[in-house]
Amino acid sequence: MMAEFKNKPLRYLLQAINYTVFMALVWYFATSPSIKIIADDEAMITVAFSHAGQLREPCRRLTQEELNALPPNMRKPEDCPRERSPVRIEIGLDGEKLYSESLQPPGLFEDGGVDVYYRKKIPAGAHQLSLKMNDSVRIEGFNHNLEQQIHVTPAQILLIGFENRYGFTLSPEQN
Amino acid sequence: MLVNPVKRAYLALESWFNLSFGTEWNPLYHLGTLSFFLLWIILISGLYLFVPYNGSIAGAYASVEYMTHEQWYLAGVMRSLHRYASDAVVVTILLHLFKEFASGRFRGFRWFSWVTGVPTLWMLVTLGITGYWLVWDELAQYVAVGSAQLMDALPIFSGAMTRNFVSGGMTDRFFILVEFLHLLGQPLILVFMLWLHVKRMSHVSINPPRGLAMGTFFALLVLSLYQPALSHAPANLARVPQELHIDWFYLNVYPLLELWSPQDVWIFTTAVTVLLMAMPWLMPKKEGPAAVVDLDHCNGCGICFEDCPFDAITMQARTDGARYEHEVVVNPSLCASCGICAGSCPASNPFRSSRETLKTGIDMPQLPVDEMRRLTRETVEAMSGDPKIIVFGCEHGLNVDRLKRDDTRGIKLICSGMLPPTLVEYTLKQGADGVMVTGCRQNDCFFRFGNSWTRLRFGGERKPILRARAERERIRVHGAAEPDLRSIEADLASFRKHLVEMNQAVASAAQSE
Repeated sequence: MMAEFKNKPLRYLLQAINYTVFMALVWYFATSPSIKIIADDEAMITVAFSHAGQLREPCRRLTQEELNALPPNMRKPEDCPRERSPVRIEIGLDGEKLYSESLQPPGLFEDGGVDVYYRKKIPAGAHQLSLKMNDSVRIEGFNHNLEQQIHVTPAQILLIGFENRYGFTLSPEQN
Repeated sequence: MLVNPVKRAYLALESWFNLSFGTEWNPLYHLGTLSFFLLWIILISGLYLFVPYNGSIAGAYASVEYMTHEQWYLAGVMRSLHRYASDAVVVTILLHLFKEFASGRFRGFRWFSWVTGVPTLWMLVTLGITGYWLVWDELAQYVAVGSAQLMDALPIFSGAMTRNFVSGGMTDRFFILVEFLHLLGQPLILVFMLWLHVKRMSHVSINPPRGLAMGTFFALLVLSLYQPALSHAPANLARVPQELHIDWFYLNVYPLLELWSPQDVWIFTTAVTVLLMAMPWLMPKKEGPAAVVDLDHCNGCGICFEDCPFDAITMQARTDGARYEHEVVVNPSLCASCGICAGSCPASNPFRSSRETLKTGIDMPQLPVDEMRRLTRETVEAMSGDPKIIVFGCEHGLNVDRLKRDDTRGIKLICSGMLPPTLVEYTLKQGADGVMVTGCRQNDCFFRFGNSWTRLRFGGERKPILRARAERERIRVHGAAEPDLRSIEADLASFRKHLVEMNQAVASAAQSE
């Protein structure tokens, strides 16, 4: 037979010790060691938006001859190529470049919108934020810009978005 | 003499648990059933928690706080049981994995259980992860953002998922989807994967011994009362959680996102998964040939079908025109080559056809019953000591050659379960004074049931039984692994003494007659 204690109280005591060790292990790793996500004096900027670049080629008006050559149900006055421009984005903070990326439009015909997501921890306090974006290969330089003085408190998330109507947006708003 | 250090570590742990729990309650022998038991606790406590839980983003946190603090005596305890049982099941599963690996039970015919086990563990982990979302506290926020980053790194999600977790982006619709996954989708997939995991086994048990179950539940209850599970501050997508007490059993991947890109985390976890799943082929072991049925000696009684631990034997209608209704068929791809079927066949009786080759209904080509009989006969004849003891052992327990003495010889079988009880009788008839059957430690047979079936057969509780005419005083069973040499030698010494006394009593009885 295998070695085992025949003395029941002793066996139960050993079992209790085993259960205690097991539960201590479960309890400890269920909550510990803790992790620090962000330092006490840090905040975070998060860039998160979806944006479709402008068409690579402008739409072209068809001539009357070209329209006549088409079946009547397909006579659209304009021919628009599907391919969109890549979205080039640059984020700067206090004169330093934080993020610079050129995002290719997804899809077989490169006709989808791009999803921008970027997070960066920054020191809490006042900063000069610079946001630049180019969404058209037909335009030199950046066609969307925002220079803004910001103030972030510890652990705060400054959310940077973009809407076609308003351009770059900041949440919470910065005055 | 001892095997690899991993197995050595496992056997040391096993010995410690045998000391305190005994072989019947040793948790290492019931890791599978213990995991099922913990899943039952998770299911029942989860069903209870679902009743007062508010499934909206606005109400989830408050409802969990209500359960934790207002109704701490019931819902709070249920929450803690739910959480700690979920953590405990990861421990039992990891121990299960370690045990199977350490004892070599992951390759060969076991590849299917091993390979299906790895994604089952991952499925459980994802179930735990979605569970953490439902509290909708800072930890849930951290897990949600991390999960979204991981999902977005996959080509199918295109980077849009993380936007759900920026300030104001999270919707009830998305939250309900996660609830559906946690409450129904993932548990159903988990049950299916568990079924797949044990599919190639027979006599599958899902209940641990009652004492072990009670002890585990009581320990979880004490922990739940002493250290109730608590939430962090409510989720606030406009702020970064500063310090988190994460559950390392389930959320250990997320801190990696602080060090690596989501793509690198995927590469790492996929590499670990593939490595684990490939183990049966990275560390292969040659197996013996499958059992072979001889229909001329099989009457289709079905005992081998009942005894096969791996569902490798099926019954079908007779195909050879014999007068019996059924015959057995072996599926070689499922056969573990353990020989338990040969030990269970009533035709494996060494007293039959003593001068000719002994043929049986189902036999192992690498060690036929006839060869076992010949070995036994020749070994007993060659012995000179007194009393003569034959020790039948197996390939996975203690090596019986280590017990060799003038009066003691070992015969190695594939598994102790392949020993026909009539061969024990035959051994005594050939002149042995005693027979000891060893093999793996009790309740921990490499082939699952070899030593259990042997005990039941010897005890007359399972066919083929050890006949009443066999002198049970001359038969002893002692399961032993490699480190148990001292304990088995001590048992052998007492057995020798007992046999000498018996022989003296027999001699004096003969003299007085």
